[in-house]
Amino acid sequence: MITVVDVTLLVLLGVTAISVIRVRNLFAATMLMGIYSLLSAGLFVTMDAMDVAFTEAAVGAGISTILMLGTLALVGSEERAPTHRPVLPLFVTLVVGVVLVYGSLDMPAFGDPSNPVHQHVAPYYLEESYEDTGISNIVTVVLGSYRGFDTMGEGAVVFTALVGVLLLLARGGQGGHRTVDLRPGAVDSASTRKPSAGEESDHG
Amino acid sequence: MDDRVILRIGAKILVPFIMVFAFYVQFHGDYGPGGGFQAGVILAAGFVLYGLVYGLANLLRVLPPSVPYVCGALGVMIYSGTGFVTLALGGNFLDYNVLAHDPAHGQHYGILFIELGVITTVFGVMVGLFYAFAGRRRS
Repeated sequence: MITVVDVTLLVLLGVTAISVIRVRNLFAATMLMGIYSLLSAGLFVTMDAMDVAFTEAAVGAGISTILMLGTLALVGSEERAPTHRPVLPLFVTLVVGVVLVYGSLDMPAFGDPSNPVHQHVAPYYLEESYEDTGISNIVTVVLGSYRGFDTMGEGAVVFTALVGVLLLLARGGQGGHRTVDLRPGAVDSASTRKPSAGEESDHG
Repeated sequence: MDDRVILRIGAKILVPFIMVFAFYVQFHGDYGPGGGFQAGVILAAGFVLYGLVYGLANLLRVLPPSVPYVCGALGVMIYSGTGFVTLALGGNFLDYNVLAHDPAHGQHYGILFIELGVITTVFGVMVGLFYAFAGRRRS
């Protein structure tokens, strides 16, 4: 049963990814990327990574989509036709993909308890975290207590993202309320900012 | 926007539930999936939905732009401040054991405080990002 769900989600994921590449309307592409995030969240659920799935659904499918829509409202939603053939990028992507798949052949089986990653600190967390803290969600304990420094760094990274966006987009105005006279360069900086909004979903 | 009755009423019904759900995710993070990060995003999503449906001007009346910006910085201060409090109480930085007599209770308080810092920062940053993008006009 779980195999059926996995295969279905992966096929839908592939179809969505190809659709994002093929579609020329950026509004449709943004919506498809939201769907892609939601499908990824579903895959994380089948892998029992509830917290990651939660973050992916909230950030990837929710906030990132809204930020991209906000950008589209500024830059228009129709992509220009490409002026060159994508042979070289396609070749590089294929080679990298093949190398990654080749590398994954050497990886230990997914979910095997004898994997190296489960031999280091994970047994201690699983056995002792409730004794140490009285909190039953191990993910929360690891993020908040055992790895408190990391989470503080993540908070600082999120805050830095806001500072960076404000420096780029909201110069000289209260809360970004510039009304007129945006130079083309300023609009470009808005569109190059787009990938970073998606990256934040990695920090959950 | 005036003629989209279903959208307006639907958003009006949804927004409070989204916010309550955010706090559920925040305070239930000790026992189930979730935590400050997810809660902050969901809380921000509630405000963003309000702004999308009722217009940015109305959202700015509810939540002036200074609020999310201050929240973004305040959350990091709450988080690192918890670290300095544990330092002052004689423990290591972010060692919550010293926050209460029982180390397990101290851990509980510590995680509560830092999750409060995380939700504050994430909420502020997400709404702030929305303001930064939505506040611009097309050139």
